[in-house]
Amino acid sequence: MTSSATMASSTTAPVDNGVNVAALLDAREALTATPEAARFQWRASSEWLRGTHSRATVDGFFGLGAEQKHRQTYQFESDHPEIFASPDNGATPVEFVLVGLAGCLTAGIAAVAQHRNIQLNSVKATLEAGMDLQGILGIDEHVRNGFDGIKVHYEIDADATPEQIAALVAQSQKRSAVFDIVTNPTDVTVTTRKA
Amino acid sequence: MRVGQEGASRAGRGGVMGGGRTIDVVIVGAGHSGLAMSRELGQRALEHVVLERGEVANAWRTERWDGLRLLTPNWLCRLPGWHYQGADPDGYMSAGAVADFVSRYAAALSAPVSTQTTVSRVEPHRAGYRVVTSRGDWLCRVVVLASGAFNQPVVPRVAESVPQSVQQLSVQTYRNPAQLAEGGVLVVGGSATGVQLAQEIQRSGRRVTLAVGEHVRLPRVYRGRDIQWWMLASGLLDQRIEEVDDPDRARRVPSPQLIGSPGRATLDLNALRAQGVEVVGRLAGIRDGKALFSGSLRNVCALADLKMNRLLDSIDQWIECYAPAGEVGAAERYAPTDVGASPRLQLTLGDEFRTVVWATGLRPDLSWLHAPVFDRKGVLRHDRGVVDAPGLYVLGLPFLRRRKSSFMHGAEDDVRELGAHLAAYLGRTGTGTLIAPPWRTPGQEPFARPPEGALAPARREGTQRQECTRDPTLATTPDSSHRLQDRGRCSIDSPGRRGYGPL
Repeated sequence: MTSSATMASSTTAPVDNGVNVAALLDAREALTATPEAARFQWRASSEWLRGTHSRATVDGFFGLGAEQKHRQTYQFESDHPEIFASPDNGATPVEFVLVGLAGCLTAGIAAVAQHRNIQLNSVKATLEAGMDLQGILGIDEHVRNGFDGIKVHYEIDADATPEQIAALVAQSQKRSAVFDIVTNPTDVTVTTRKA
Repeated sequence: MRVGQEGASRAGRGGVMGGGRTIDVVIVGAGHSGLAMSRELGQRALEHVVLERGEVANAWRTERWDGLRLLTPNWLCRLPGWHYQGADPDGYMSAGAVADFVSRYAAALSAPVSTQTTVSRVEPHRAGYRVVTSRGDWLCRVVVLASGAFNQPVVPRVAESVPQSVQQLSVQTYRNPAQLAEGGVLVVGGSATGVQLAQEIQRSGRRVTLAVGEHVRLPRVYRGRDIQWWMLASGLLDQRIEEVDDPDRARRVPSPQLIGSPGRATLDLNALRAQGVEVVGRLAGIRDGKALFSGSLRNVCALADLKMNRLLDSIDQWIECYAPAGEVGAAERYAPTDVGASPRLQLTLGDEFRTVVWATGLRPDLSWLHAPVFDRKGVLRHDRGVVDAPGLYVLGLPFLRRRKSSFMHGAEDDVRELGAHLAAYLGRTGTGTLIAPPWRTPGQEPFARPPEGALAPARREGTQRQECTRDPTLATTPDSSHRLQDRGRCSIDSPGRRGYGPL
C-alpha cells in the first residue's frame, strides 16, 4: 500500500474491489507452512457431440489435500464458426484460451489493486490473437498451428495514477497462471484407450 | 602481506583440549566481511582466528572472470577504518584490485588469519563448536560464517537438456571470450553478470543472444552522479530488512543491470540491443535441442521500467528537499525498454549456437556446516545474521541486515551490531577470555577515516518545500539521516508483507 496510492484515492470509503485480500494473504501464509496443501489439480472433461461441436464440463478439482467441488457444475460448448462449414454452437476452442487469459489477468488486477488499496471503477479488456491457418491446414510446415502472438489491451478506470495502473497490470501478468501457461512451454501427455 | 600461521598462533591460547586448539571465536573466511569482523572483535579484545581456505580475498583472486569490475564506485569502497585512497574515486576496481585492497586491509589490521586452511566441517560440540580444518581442529564457542554469499553457481536443471556438442560455462568457469568456441553464444540471465558477459562476448565478435527474466534496470549515472551516490545519500542502501514489506523477496532481488566501466556507461537492454545483442525472454525450456524462451519478455521489461522510474521519482523528490551542493543535472527519464517487434521464442543449439553461459546467480556454499540450521530448501535460517543456533553468526548475505549488507561498505554497520550481539552472547555464556590481543591497542585508530564531509551533499538553502518537515543536518557523509522512504515508498522490491519484529 503505497502512500501515494492512498493519497490518490479520492473517496473516503474503504477500497472494495470484492476481493478478500486478508483471506488470500492468510492462504499464502498457510500454504508456505504446508507446501503439500498447495498442490492443486484442475480438471475438465469433454464429450464430442457432432462435427466440431463438443461439450466440456467442469465440476471437481483437488486442492488443500482433499477433493473439492465447484458451487455448481459448469458446461461449455465449443464449435467452429459457420465460415468453416460448422454450425457454430459455441466459441472456438482457441477463443477459450483468450477467455481464460482475460479472466486470469483481470482477477489478478482486482486482487493486486485491493492489496495496494486502489479502488477499481471499471476494468475492460480486449484480446486479439493472430493465427495463420496455413499452419493447421498443413499448407506451410513453417507456420505454427497456434497463435503468432496475443495482444491484450486494458481500459481501466481506477482511483490511481497511470503509473500505478500500469504497475497493477504488470504485477498481474507476473502472478498469472494462464499468462504463464501461454508464454511458457508446458509438458502435455495425451493417452488413449479404446472404450 | 601474508599473515599465515603466525597470526593464528598468536590469536589462540594455544591450549589443546579434546583434540583441538581452543579459542572463543572462529571466523570462517578472510574476505572483507571476515576481516571487518576480526577488527570489530579485536577492538572488543575478543580472541579469535580467521580461517581462510586460500589467501586473503580468495574468491576475488581465483573465482571471478578476468574483466570483472565492482558495481560500486571506489569512493564508496570502504571497510571499518579503511577506505579507498587512490587517484580514481569515481572509478570501479577490478577483481584483482579488490583482492589487493582487501589484502592490504588484512595486513594493516595484522588480522589473525590462518591462510591455506580449509574448513571441512563445523559441528556443535559441548557448548560451542568443533571446526575441523586441513590444519587441525579448533574448539570454540562462537563461529562466524563469513565465507561469502556467492560461492557456487546456480545453474537451472534445464542445463541437463543442453546437447552434448554445446559448451557450457558458469559464472565461475567463464574467464574471457577466448575460451569460447566460434559461433553464437546464448547467455542466460539478465542481472549484472548476464548483461556484462553479453556485452563482453558480443564485443569479441561473436553473436550473442541474452535470455532475460525478471531484472533490475538502472542508469549508471543519474543527474550527474553515480546511481549509487543517490542510493546512499537518500538512505536506500541503509534501508533495514525489517523496513521492507517482503524480506524474502528483497533478499532475492537480482543484482542490477550495471557495469563499472571507465566511461560510466549505462548497460541496460536498450544499450545491449544497440550493440547488436539479441534479447529474448527467460529460458523456459530446452526441447529437442531447441532453447525455448518465454513470451513474458515485454512484461518483465515493463516491470523493470516501472521500478526504475519509481526509484528515479524518489531520487527527484529527495533532491527537491535536500539538493546536494554543486551541479545537479536535470531530471531525466529513459526510453522504455524496446524488445523489438517480435522477440524470438526459440533457437536451435548446436551448429549455430555452440556455447551456453549460465549467468543465473551464485549461492553460498555451507555444505561443511553440520547443524540443524537450514530450512527445507537448504537455506540458512537466521534473523539478520544471528543464525538459528546459539553462538552462530553469518555475514555478507544479500540484505542480511540492510540493503548494503552484501557490499563491501555494508560490512561496517553489520559487524558492529553483530559484534555487539556476539560479545553479549560470550558474556552471558561464560567467562569470555578477555585478553588484550597483541595485534591491536584498544581505542587506537591507526587508519585514516574518510574526511568528514568529503562526500557530503550540502543543503540547498531556502529551497525546501513545505512538505519537507524534517530538518536533517547534512554535515556528514551521505547516510541514513535523510531518507527517501520517510517521504513515501521508495523501493526496488515489490510490496508484500512484513516478516520481522524487533531482534
